[in-house]
Amino acid sequence: MSILVNKDTRLIVQGITGNEGLFHTQQMLAYGTKVVGGTRPGKGGEWVLDGKVPVFDSCKSAVNATGANCSIIFVSAKFAPDAIYEAADAGIPFIVCITEGIPVQDMMRVREYLDQKGTRLLGPNCPGLLTPGEAKVGIIPGNIAIPGNVGVVSRSGTLTYEVLYALKLQGMGASTCVGIGGDPINGTNFIDVLEMFERDPQTEKVVLIGEIGGTDEEKAAEFIRTKMTKPVVSFIAGQTAPPGKRMGHAGAIIEGGSGTAADKIKALEAAGVKVAKHPEEIPSLLK
Amino acid sequence: MKLHEYQSKQIFAKYGIPVPKGRVAATAKEARAIAEELGGRVVVKAQVLVGGRGKAGGVRLAKDPKEAEEVASAILGMEIKGLPVRKVLVDPAANIEHEIYLGITNDRAARRPVFMASAAGGVDIEEVARTTPEKIIKVHIDPLLGLRDYQANDIALGIDLPREYWKQFGDICRGLYRAYTECDATLAEINPLVILKEKSLSALDGKMLLDDNALFRHPDLAEMRDVDEEAPAETEARKHDLSFIKLDGNIGCMVNGAGLAMTTMDIVKLYGGEPANFLDIGGGASAEKVAAALRIILSDKNVKAILFNVFGGITRCDEVAKGILAALAEVKPNIPMVVRLVGTNAEEGRKLLADAKMITAETLAEAAQKAVAAAKAAA
Repeated sequence: MSILVNKDTRLIVQGITGNEGLFHTQQMLAYGTKVVGGTRPGKGGEWVLDGKVPVFDSCKSAVNATGANCSIIFVSAKFAPDAIYEAADAGIPFIVCITEGIPVQDMMRVREYLDQKGTRLLGPNCPGLLTPGEAKVGIIPGNIAIPGNVGVVSRSGTLTYEVLYALKLQGMGASTCVGIGGDPINGTNFIDVLEMFERDPQTEKVVLIGEIGGTDEEKAAEFIRTKMTKPVVSFIAGQTAPPGKRMGHAGAIIEGGSGTAADKIKALEAAGVKVAKHPEEIPSLLK
Repeated sequence: MKLHEYQSKQIFAKYGIPVPKGRVAATAKEARAIAEELGGRVVVKAQVLVGGRGKAGGVRLAKDPKEAEEVASAILGMEIKGLPVRKVLVDPAANIEHEIYLGITNDRAARRPVFMASAAGGVDIEEVARTTPEKIIKVHIDPLLGLRDYQANDIALGIDLPREYWKQFGDICRGLYRAYTECDATLAEINPLVILKEKSLSALDGKMLLDDNALFRHPDLAEMRDVDEEAPAETEARKHDLSFIKLDGNIGCMVNGAGLAMTTMDIVKLYGGEPANFLDIGGGASAEKVAAALRIILSDKNVKAILFNVFGGITRCDEVAKGILAALAEVKPNIPMVVRLVGTNAEEGRKLLADAKMITAETLAEAAQKAVAAAKAAA
């Protein structure tokens, strides 16, 4: 078992003919993910990657022809909201958006629309997700993680890779690793993923990697305190971040005194979560 | 991106919000000319992108053009919170009966825009929110529906606005909402919105923050950026598509990924050092980008050591190492450098850097400790 994606996931890639789309499609195929097609308006009927993957003009035609149940988006920020609406309207229940830099007002409208339709979005501005040994939907390097019983959820990219790699070096594996992304408004949040890990029989422990900005970690702490039986270990990045400055991620900003690392760590510790001083400490805290 | 008061009010005026008919001046002479044109008493206001300018003496009344010139001359020579005042706004003085706060911003937790209003205007609204939150009313807006008329009425009712002003207030709310959405603002604020003795409303002060990610569709607004008001290194970083924030320490940090970059700063601090900056070189880490990043870090004379922390995932460490070598050949820094390469092709990367006289480290903790020691030895 795992959460959100597995070996039965049938994936289409929106923006498959672009550099990034093509490169990562190749990586996902090599990992064993069932990439059943891609889209690029105006290039329907073509094939990419030596005839391995068919290209469609629209999500709707791709879904009709392939029975896709998941989509990943690699188009630029300017076109990404439209790509998300298109996937949702084509009836795809789970959409992963890698794109960074989508305007926040676009995301407010997107999220409202998806909530009304009951579509789940992961991201944007995220590395996607990886169920080691089964499927990779996104850009997390496949070779840094092994299958196991640790569920990982994170707002960051490379920091998550660090943690997966540190776990692997200790012989510890992941059930699923989910990157929820660094934007202030996203589709799937910590609580959504914690809930899934709590239900997933393969997941026995959870690692939550947060950062400054917003109050999602505080809400996650409340959820952990009241609803979770599985142990959670955490790390929060940005303890030295100055207030009022956006630290790379659009959502990583301390505003009006809210969103500090200290507040988040306090809330998590109060919920019984062990908070690591640095990411390399995580494997030992899980033991 | 922050806009100045005068820029925000120019935008408000386009959306039908009544603003004082003043203008901006860069010299005391210009300020005098504007005061002559306006006639009567004027208020001269420093245009800087920080709060608290009133308390710092950056907002002053003048009874005639001669005094406006004197006052402008004094304000134009000031520094407010470290920022020199380069422009002043000269507005006609208003006859204020009452001050209101009206603003709209993104409510991150609710994932919706939220109107905020208070009958206690003209003060620091964050302070009001902390001490007397019941004095602020909030109305969330459905981003797909936009502001409905009844909601503007709810706001007016919530702040006990006399009914004679409701119509004008509704128009101001609608104008502000349009300014907020059409400019992709993250904040559009009128503080204070005043009831004038002449029995009408006027936006005396204005502030707008714009979403940097949306500037691609607002070239006109992007041009309003005042680069004089930011650290030169941050302007330079933006040119190279690097995410950089200057800090006060002496250990320069160069990292791939925002979360890992913050973590690297944190761990430097954990081991007794002080980071000089936040810097995310992004995924690719080409030689050009690394070189630009190196130059930016070295432009800070406080920097005594540099810590490179790179996790190779899709980006291979040997590629990054080549980028670092090419950058070093170009920039030739003469301070100690600690490098940690982990992940894909880390071994090959380390071999490439073996001759570059860099201090190498395997773990994040080790890298941070070595960087802290190197900076202390060099200081």
